[in-house]
Amino acid sequence: MGFSLLEELPKILWLVIGVAGFAAVIGLLLLLVDRGPKTRRDWWQAVCFLGPALLLLLLGLVYPAIRTTALSFFDRSGDSLVGLDNYVWMFTQPEILTVLRNTLLWVLFAPFLATATGLLYAILVDRSRFESVAKSLMFMPMAISFVGASIIWRFVYAVRPAESDQIGLLNQIVVWFGGEPQQWLLNQPLNTLLLIVVLIWVQAGFAMVVLSAAIKAIPAEIIEAARLDGTTPWQLFRHITLPSVWPTVTVVLITISVQTLKVFDIVRTMTGGQFDTSVIANEMYNQAFRYGELGQGSALAVFLFVLVIPLVLVQMRTNRRAREQR
Amino acid sequence: MSAPTSPAATESSAARVRRRLSGRAASIAAIVIAVVWTLPTFGLFVSSFRPEQEIKTTGWWTFFTDPSLTLANYRDVLFGTASQGQLASYFVNSFVITLPSTVFVVALAALAAYALAWMNFPGRDWIFLGVFALQIVPLQMSLVPLLSFFSEGVSIGGVQVLPAWELEGAFQFTTVWVAHTIFGLPLGVFLLHNFIAQLPRSLFEAARVDGAGHGVIFRRVVTPLIVPALMSLAIFQFLWVWNDLLVALIFAGGGVETAPLTVRLAEMAGTRGNEWQRLTAGAFVSMIVPLLVFFSLQRYFVRGLLAGSVKG
Repeated sequence: MGFSLLEELPKILWLVIGVAGFAAVIGLLLLLVDRGPKTRRDWWQAVCFLGPALLLLLLGLVYPAIRTTALSFFDRSGDSLVGLDNYVWMFTQPEILTVLRNTLLWVLFAPFLATATGLLYAILVDRSRFESVAKSLMFMPMAISFVGASIIWRFVYAVRPAESDQIGLLNQIVVWFGGEPQQWLLNQPLNTLLLIVVLIWVQAGFAMVVLSAAIKAIPAEIIEAARLDGTTPWQLFRHITLPSVWPTVTVVLITISVQTLKVFDIVRTMTGGQFDTSVIANEMYNQAFRYGELGQGSALAVFLFVLVIPLVLVQMRTNRRAREQR
Repeated sequence: MSAPTSPAATESSAARVRRRLSGRAASIAAIVIAVVWTLPTFGLFVSSFRPEQEIKTTGWWTFFTDPSLTLANYRDVLFGTASQGQLASYFVNSFVITLPSTVFVVALAALAAYALAWMNFPGRDWIFLGVFALQIVPLQMSLVPLLSFFSEGVSIGGVQVLPAWELEGAFQFTTVWVAHTIFGLPLGVFLLHNFIAQLPRSLFEAARVDGAGHGVIFRRVVTPLIVPALMSLAIFQFLWVWNDLLVALIFAGGGVETAPLTVRLAEMAGTRGNEWQRLTAGAFVSMIVPLLVFFSLQRYFVRGLLAGSVKG
């Protein structure tokens, strides 16, 4: 039972039909937009262009978000109202408290370390001979899926019994230094920190690229003047680079924080949320789609949303301030 | 620059020595970071070409003292039996999911962004604000209702308004396309609106004087001018959908009929976590397309990042 092209044919066919059908609809819209009724013309035109997107958003995001909020006050099947029970459950159940603690660990470590590494690297390779190659190296993980990244790191953390050869790089390094190989992914809370490393590995590239652009925007005269005054690299960083890129640092920190709050793929691929490594997004998936606990799953989703809101508000304020300064 | 005659000059030459030293320390630090960032991927890559027995018993670094290469891992994981991975089918699925999801988002977002930027209708600014605000709603908020929308239809007060989508076989891809399109739209509209709104007004006035309607202006004037923005969005959406696990898990199911590579790999990592000969090759099968897209179109990707396209 190997691969047979014939079995794949229906998929390809449906792909072609789907895209062709869509193209026909768009073509029709482009024709209809200027052939509408003479009265209420502006409405007709807006409906043609904006209608499809708006309809999808209303049906697929706005209505579901309201429905999820409502569901979070209902029982597991969504039939009877239970008030705040699901939220009480969330903050009293020991397993869920571990989940919340882990999410906190993620948000405390991942954004800060990813941004710091990205900034450091951006400064180190700035204006060096191999800048673009060096940047690509750190940037590359951005293109890889979290699932792929997780497999890469699971291999780094792989363990073999002490008497045999190690196949995981981390344990081999431990052995080279005379230590005992560890079951890295089983011992909490170290395992959560090791999962966080994967996200840092992926997101540092994003921080590096955005911050590198900010560094390049610092006027060359300022840096040249500081050099002539004999400033040390540290002083240059402390008094010129860091203050200049600070608004960008905030934006990067918040963007990565939002991503971190929603992290799901890494936990699912690395440990499946076992060994006390689960986070909110993973638990939400488990509750709603594996245990059929719609109420509890929805409550977790709403809590995630509530955590994201203040971050986004801060970000919008920083953005506005940055625009006013320009 | 000048001849060292004054005490200030000796000081600056001392500073120069110090700078050169710190320059060396900086280079070493940069190299260390670069190695840490590259080595895990490299190790997996080397391993994917080693025979099964060797992957499982010796570290990949021994490859350099005792090299032996094979393509068997790739052959088995792509074209072997179902339990070996059967990734070729999942590879097709990833494509069938990703291409339409990208095309749909780019086209619909471009139309919507054009309407929000250059058409006059009541409530325009409020709608834009609403779409903008939707960017912050986490996917998790809409998963449960959207899934029941597809599987049970919509009923208001016991009356069935919309029927369930009872799709089978290849038709099941439709729900994944719709879900990905919905989730990609807020960012897409926002990103393209930034570009389209910046086009000069005179362009539109000139076209209108020539008698062109919105349909023609969009096709002949706007689209050619925003190609770089469309590329940025397309790359983002492509990578996002190709690499996505959550949406696919929920809307595509886990079968060989519709599930993409990510779902299959995550499953293999869970159930066959020590079959490294499959996981290493499988991971690279899933990475090859995004890496190609990424390295050939990196310019657009970076431009998109700097324009604020990071999806929530």
